[in-house]
Amino acid sequence: MVTEKAFLSHSLSCRRQFLGSAGAATLALTSVPAFADTVVKLLLPGGPDERPMTTAFPQKGALILQRTRPPLLETPFEVFDQSVLTPNDRFFVRWHLAAIPTAVNVDTFRLTLHGHVNQTLSLSLNDILALPRVELVAINQCSGNSRGYFQPRVPGGEWSHGAMGNARWTGVLLKDVLDRAGVKAGAIQVRFNGMDEPVVPDAPDFMKSLDIAHARDGEVMLAYAMNGEQLPLLNGFPLRLIVPGWYSTYWVKMLNDIEVLDQPDTNYWTKTAYTIPDTPRADIRPGETDVKFVPISRMVPRSFITNIKEGDTLQVGASTLARGIAFGGDSGVSRVDFSSDGGKSWQAAALGTDEGKYSFRQWQHRFTPPTKGGQVLMVRCTSSGGEAQPDTPNWNPSGFMRNVIERTAVVVA
Amino acid sequence: MARALLPIALVVGVAFAQVCARAESQLSLKSVSVDLPAGDDMFPNGPGADAINNNCLACHSADMVLNQPALPMTQWHAEVDKMRTAYKAPIDPKDVDAILDYLVSVKK
Repeated sequence: MVTEKAFLSHSLSCRRQFLGSAGAATLALTSVPAFADTVVKLLLPGGPDERPMTTAFPQKGALILQRTRPPLLETPFEVFDQSVLTPNDRFFVRWHLAAIPTAVNVDTFRLTLHGHVNQTLSLSLNDILALPRVELVAINQCSGNSRGYFQPRVPGGEWSHGAMGNARWTGVLLKDVLDRAGVKAGAIQVRFNGMDEPVVPDAPDFMKSLDIAHARDGEVMLAYAMNGEQLPLLNGFPLRLIVPGWYSTYWVKMLNDIEVLDQPDTNYWTKTAYTIPDTPRADIRPGETDVKFVPISRMVPRSFITNIKEGDTLQVGASTLARGIAFGGDSGVSRVDFSSDGGKSWQAAALGTDEGKYSFRQWQHRFTPPTKGGQVLMVRCTSSGGEAQPDTPNWNPSGFMRNVIERTAVVVA
Repeated sequence: MARALLPIALVVGVAFAQVCARAESQLSLKSVSVDLPAGDDMFPNGPGADAINNNCLACHSADMVLNQPALPMTQWHAEVDKMRTAYKAPIDPKDVDAILDYLVSVKK
């Protein structure tokens, strides 16, 4: 039986996935910023799959540079092998609009709550800090995490699996803030707007809405701290909406405006962008038409091996530890199964500490490769809601909601 | 320019719990001012480079485009249309064909 101590002690074995600086030369024609001196290879089918590493962003350590402006920064996958919580300085970053305030004054910042309420509120950060404090560990995952593995490929942020992170969020319940304003009867949705703005003035400002019942469910939070520290500016300082179990698109950053609506929100980002086929697993055939699209919402189960990577060599007959992370999506992890033979047989993995149903759950499993040759390692999460990862990938034109059982091809020698 | 946050001592388990406990009693927020990389590199040379440099770099850096997979002309057309209609990019209509030529020739 695996002990808890074993889960806590594996932090020093992370692998370097960077290529040497020679790899950067091949990218010189594709606009590598001067600060990049290493590149990472993401193994995206058809390429291009080399990205520069960057340390050029404030309050951030080494991240994979997907786009400089507005920033798309991916967490290198070895970070997920090091702890169940993702450090703030390695936490992925994703902005839609390039006019991002670069300074926030905590004394003059105000959160405005208005619309279909009894009383408009203008809350200072001290007002918010004085409200009842709550904490929750929750995964923030981009709708398009792993988009680069869609086949046929689709346009968008060409992420590997690192457009996600897991943090302990501290803040206040949205419900408590709404109650202070007094939501009027007939409220339909609550719309959230941050301080970021489009460069082109008549482009749609980034706003997202939740149904009123969801907004008042006692889980949705306004977070002012992340892993015990104030949020990095690029992760939404000073306030970020936390929508546990739902994709990151709803987790509005630099939140400074909340509007209670008595009509469904028709703004572009809620109604038109971030929609998925209204089919099981958001899965359609490429080119399929007459499909109804609906806003993306809850996350689905996923799991990853974090200590063995594609192309690694394992020793035949040697006891080998596989470990990684899993999550249930909008519910907890019921079980994680591991296969060292390409899915022919599965064994239950041991689960690490339960940090709550919206958190990563560490798992590990020891196995002995019996014969030499190529082999495929797989890991499958079943959520506490009874939903298991599928063995075939989904496809949709936006590259959303990938959750197929991932495969890691290794060589046993 | 401020890397103003406290050092991050984020590890699993007990050590983290101690950090968190301190935060509980001391949490106060500090103003932040940062600089972001400009991301103003131009697109590499190629047919239509002037058109894409003149029309596309106001809203986003070039690397995003260069990281895209090879896509068919119809799909690039849809992308440029989305930039114009959904995101109101002020792309000169007479430059659209040159932008598409560039994308198809560079991203193949």
